[in-house]
Amino acid sequence: MSTASETIVIPMSKGIRNRERRRRITMGVFFLLAAAFTWLVFAVNLTPNAMTRFVMTPGGSSTVAPDWIFPTGVYLNIIAGICAMLGTFQIVRGFGKRTYSVLALVAILFIFGFLSWATSGGQTNLGGLLRVMVVRAVPLTLGALSGILCERAGVVNIAIEGMMLTGAFVSTVFASLSHSLVIGLLAGVVAGGFMGVIHGVLSIKYKINQIISGTVINIFSIGITSYLSSKYIQRSEFQYLNEPGMFPQIEVPVLSKIPFIGPILFHHNIYVFAMVFFVLFITFLLYKTRWGLRLRSVGEHPKAADTLGINVFRTRYMAVILGGMMAGFGGTYFSLGSSGRFDEVMTAGRGFIGLAAMIFGNWNPIGSMGAGFLFGFFDSLSVKASLLQVPLPSEFLGMVPYLATIVVLAGVVGRGQMPAADGVPYEKE
Amino acid sequence: MVPVLELRGITKRFPGVLANDHINLTVEKGEIHALLGENGAGKTTLMNILYGLYHPDEGEIYVNGNKMAVRSPIDAIKAGVGMVHQHFMLVPVFTVTENVMLGEEFVKFGGILDRTRAAEKVMQISDTYNLDIDPNTYIKDMPVGLQQRVEIIKLLFREANILIMDEPTAVLTPQEVQELFKIMRTLIDQGKSIIFITHKLVEVMECADRITVIRGGKVVGSTTPKEATLNELATMMVGRDVKLNVEKTKKKPGDVVLEVDNLKVLDPRGAIAVDGISFNVREGEVLGVAGVQGNGQTELVRSLSGLLPSIDGEVRLLGHDITHSSPRQIIEHGSAHIPEDRQRDGLVLSFPVSDNLVLNTYYLQPFSRSIWLSQQEILKNGEGLVKNFDIRTPSVFTPASSLSGGNQQKVIVAREFSRPIKLLIASQPTRGLDVGSIEYIHKRMLQKRDEGCAVLLVSTELDEVMQLSDRIAVLYRGKLMDIVDAKSATKEMLGLLMAGIIPGEDVKSAQVPQKNKILIT
Amino acid sequence: MSPEKPEQIKKSGIAIFWDEFSRSNLTVIILAILTGIILGGVLVAATTTEVYAAFKVSLWGGLKLAFTTAWNTYVALFTGSVGNPEKIRLAFESGDPLMIRRAINPFFESLVQTTPYIFAGLAVALGFRVGLFNIGAEGQIFIGAITGVWAGYAIHGLPPIIHIPVALLFGALGGAIWGFVPGFLKAKTGAHEVITTIMMNYIAFRLSDWLLKGPMGDPTEYTPKTPWILESAQLPKLFDLPIRFHIGFFVALLMAVLVYLLLFKTTWGLELRMVGSNPNAARYAGIKITMSTVIAMVLSGALAGLAGANEVLGVNHRLIPAFSSGYGFDSIALALLGKSHPFGVILSALLFGFLRNGARSMQLTVGVPIDIVSILQAMILAFIAAPAIIRTIYRLREPKHAEDIVSLQSWKG
Repeated sequence: MSTASETIVIPMSKGIRNRERRRRITMGVFFLLAAAFTWLVFAVNLTPNAMTRFVMTPGGSSTVAPDWIFPTGVYLNIIAGICAMLGTFQIVRGFGKRTYSVLALVAILFIFGFLSWATSGGQTNLGGLLRVMVVRAVPLTLGALSGILCERAGVVNIAIEGMMLTGAFVSTVFASLSHSLVIGLLAGVVAGGFMGVIHGVLSIKYKINQIISGTVINIFSIGITSYLSSKYIQRSEFQYLNEPGMFPQIEVPVLSKIPFIGPILFHHNIYVFAMVFFVLFITFLLYKTRWGLRLRSVGEHPKAADTLGINVFRTRYMAVILGGMMAGFGGTYFSLGSSGRFDEVMTAGRGFIGLAAMIFGNWNPIGSMGAGFLFGFFDSLSVKASLLQVPLPSEFLGMVPYLATIVVLAGVVGRGQMPAADGVPYEKE
Repeated sequence: MVPVLELRGITKRFPGVLANDHINLTVEKGEIHALLGENGAGKTTLMNILYGLYHPDEGEIYVNGNKMAVRSPIDAIKAGVGMVHQHFMLVPVFTVTENVMLGEEFVKFGGILDRTRAAEKVMQISDTYNLDIDPNTYIKDMPVGLQQRVEIIKLLFREANILIMDEPTAVLTPQEVQELFKIMRTLIDQGKSIIFITHKLVEVMECADRITVIRGGKVVGSTTPKEATLNELATMMVGRDVKLNVEKTKKKPGDVVLEVDNLKVLDPRGAIAVDGISFNVREGEVLGVAGVQGNGQTELVRSLSGLLPSIDGEVRLLGHDITHSSPRQIIEHGSAHIPEDRQRDGLVLSFPVSDNLVLNTYYLQPFSRSIWLSQQEILKNGEGLVKNFDIRTPSVFTPASSLSGGNQQKVIVAREFSRPIKLLIASQPTRGLDVGSIEYIHKRMLQKRDEGCAVLLVSTELDEVMQLSDRIAVLYRGKLMDIVDAKSATKEMLGLLMAGIIPGEDVKSAQVPQKNKILIT
Repeated sequence: MSPEKPEQIKKSGIAIFWDEFSRSNLTVIILAILTGIILGGVLVAATTTEVYAAFKVSLWGGLKLAFTTAWNTYVALFTGSVGNPEKIRLAFESGDPLMIRRAINPFFESLVQTTPYIFAGLAVALGFRVGLFNIGAEGQIFIGAITGVWAGYAIHGLPPIIHIPVALLFGALGGAIWGFVPGFLKAKTGAHEVITTIMMNYIAFRLSDWLLKGPMGDPTEYTPKTPWILESAQLPKLFDLPIRFHIGFFVALLMAVLVYLLLFKTTWGLELRMVGSNPNAARYAGIKITMSTVIAMVLSGALAGLAGANEVLGVNHRLIPAFSSGYGFDSIALALLGKSHPFGVILSALLFGFLRNGARSMQLTVGVPIDIVSILQAMILAFIAAPAIIRTIYRLREPKHAEDIVSLQSWKG
């Protein structure tokens, strides 16, 4: 078509091209730095013939895999080489659309290199590390999904933490009273949904700043759960209210017998499987159905949606309530999936890391699960930090998710695609 | 034959304004009916009524001879009326198909989108009307001209028969305009009807079947391109009567104050908005900048104020190069600004009047001593200016938000005029004001001119420009069409210039400056 | 067009009063607090098993017990925060100084609780005035406590008159650094301060965990704690034990005055407020927005840092993990309640401080958990943020002109 080609004029696109070029080179330098770091910090000071030994069987697993032993120096050099090659190519040509996948690859290689170095001369249970990573990713990913549901419809949700806490508390009480984990779980989901209703009323109906509304819910949830908890369920005479039990571990037949992978992925309680299910299901809903198309249109361009007969307010209410239910479900993980009881403020900021995972995952369920795994890995590693051969404070490993999120937000490695109308109350004329 | 659309006696009042005054309009099947009028003539209000966004105070709408109650866009869509909004209603991160089917999705069982089938229908529409659209492209990757076609497909997808196009050429390049006209012809050939809202004379002459001219909320007349000439249409559109009278003393202009040389500015989206403009303003003269809104005035003023960087050219104020100066440096060189959007740029509405009167002088003597504000001086200054400029406010402590528009503008004028200035840049200084305030502000501006200040007046009100200016520059698509002497300028001539036509030349050879449209990918 | 023309066609005095009263924002604030307290009382009654038992006997008895339960709770809250009038009278009659100090201790203890609230509330309020949402006061408090306590134990040989200001300054500096990062990122890259400050909170927690365990830990202790600060760095107490009241309260008041002077009496303050109220006009008037953003976040962080330093230098005298329980989040509620005005912040900090202290003894005397305070705060915050709720409940009129203290940019910044 003639029009399009004729209208392209050079001066402006030069600016954009410059920016893209700068970004491409920044990324390439980043890869090269990873290579240099692997080489200069990890590889250089190794004793020759140092070996790394990874135990591939998580503790307590019946499916045994042989340990993985390799010469550290050789592997580190290979890793540094690959990173350097990728970086050079990135600077010269660029990976274009695949840049982010390559970035993920470099990150994984770098982390693997770090781990090999930190293990060299000793051993690390890689299987156990990864298994814990999967478990730790669950609340983060479920929290991120809650955020995605809300923010894809244009409502910012920083109340994930509070919604989770409510879900955890209510599920504990109901499961204890009914002696049914399922009833407890459903009650937790409903409670989260109720918090979603409050968030919706405050931010959609009364048009309060959505961050303030979220803060209200966070303060209120911490207050009410701690209040009821210390008044009742932490006291010995009401102990029966705090004995919900826990979902059992499920071994998926056949699959859980695969060495290494089986125990890591297929021997968990329902939450891990539910996480994967919800990630796939919500991806499907958002991108493949009418429901998802309308939800996203409301988050991107509510006025356009409105002129086409889509009820913006109703859609947003629905999204926030579903988001609340998802957070409530995530909350039940703490009580019914991991500890078998309720403790005050037991979510310990996981809701906020979930929020970070959402941003890191670019408001996309699968990306968020990836971020959940990444953050979960560092969480898992920080627990095991003392077992490593190098003195690295676990707290610094624990900081990685937050630092990574700030880096992403600052646009150092390319800004994410947040829904265009996120956080903006919709006003009908 | 029953007309496909008939509006009878449509009247719409807004507080203080009669936007539509008993408007009658008849659209026949298969015609392009142009609705021609200046900004604020009431075209858009009328179309918003037809599309169900506003409700008329009086009057009736008939579609195919049936009386219609249009309460919302949904009713309009059902009646076969569709609208291409001036600001597109498209989701940039969705594909063409997704945008088109949104709200009327093709689904398989269980609400799963049937993108293939929808894309096929988009393809089919695209082929029928020669729109040349790829259903699977993302909107954000498309140039504006193609996005507009997606808007048209949206309407055709919903089987609209009457298409309202609100200033559709405003965002297009000349080539894209030609493409659009071709498409409009194809639509007409297929039995659709189009209402084409515009203020551009040439385009009307080129593509309309019938023309209805609106001025001041009333229908002035109806004609066809064959019967009318450009000059007649220009007169009909802008009117001949002079509403306000301003006494202007003769004065010989002095030294050059502002010199603009080959200035080029991009708008925030990256398109060229000001395209190599050169002019100068002298002491004691008013240079008026006329032009239809959106032809680069906003960007020109923002660039001269230091808010928008220029990509080329030079600006000198009293000999100082201010091309890359900060807003504060420009202010300190003796430049004053009356911004186009007073509530957005000119005032802090939650601040009291007295603070608003020192918004850009608060850090100077006597309002501040070292770091401290002298509340006393600020109040004294406020009270003096309130009296001096006849600002009607209960007190200087009243927040600016409680003042009427006219008094808010007087606050800005008072603030800018109360310091020693050599240049005044006034952008739409009287927009939306009552007659009393308009006269007052005009009087004050001329007073400044007589004191030897150089005045750059940017206004879309032709009357205002003609009355106040000594010389008039006309902007069209970011370029300067001409600078004419105000005494010899006529409305017809300016009207043609504003439409991109050099008077006296044949329309066909009209100089249509190339507006460079940039693809943002 | 005359600006103001209320249709006052012969109205009775009461009607005019009601009109004014009903439109006033102060009315909304008072009613918001009152409604929060009433709902809190209902909650307390509704979570008391005895009340249900009484309802089973008779409706009247149930209602009565519900009321007494709520009443007793608030009486306990009052005596816990202000003191028991009877006890105070007896103490003064006896003339025993220790008894007097014990009797009036609750009041001064409340002021001790108020002090960090004033600092943190000022921090958030200052941010609001400049259009920034500093949700990271919590982290800044932590860092301020760390740097403050370090200056308190590690710098030797200074007289109190120098050591105390130096230690406070270190606290302010620590918080300022923690505020600078989000401010800088916002100004340079547009990264929204809400997310970055939340992230900075958690980084601060991790950092303090590590410091307490390692470099700054007291080697003689089993649990992670810093050493005690030197006597020369302790904020002087004004009374003998058990009253912990120290001069930090006056430092906080001084800060409120300084913030007031800065915001409303200096050219910088005018610039900051201009940026907060209308960034476009500010830019037009020649103000550098990025600079103001960074300065505001730095000052906000410094104030929060002072809250942390004040606690370690005045009350705890050493740093233990998780020492600041939710001051950062409470201060958001508090700043909004105080309409982001320094003196409003003092008043609402007093309210929160007295609530918090009262709730502590309330927990001991009538067994109502301290967390009731968070619930009250959340409800009050909701009502203040959405005055429409209060106006609907009490059928108040709309205000004459909408006031908008907090004008925050959307997510994208």
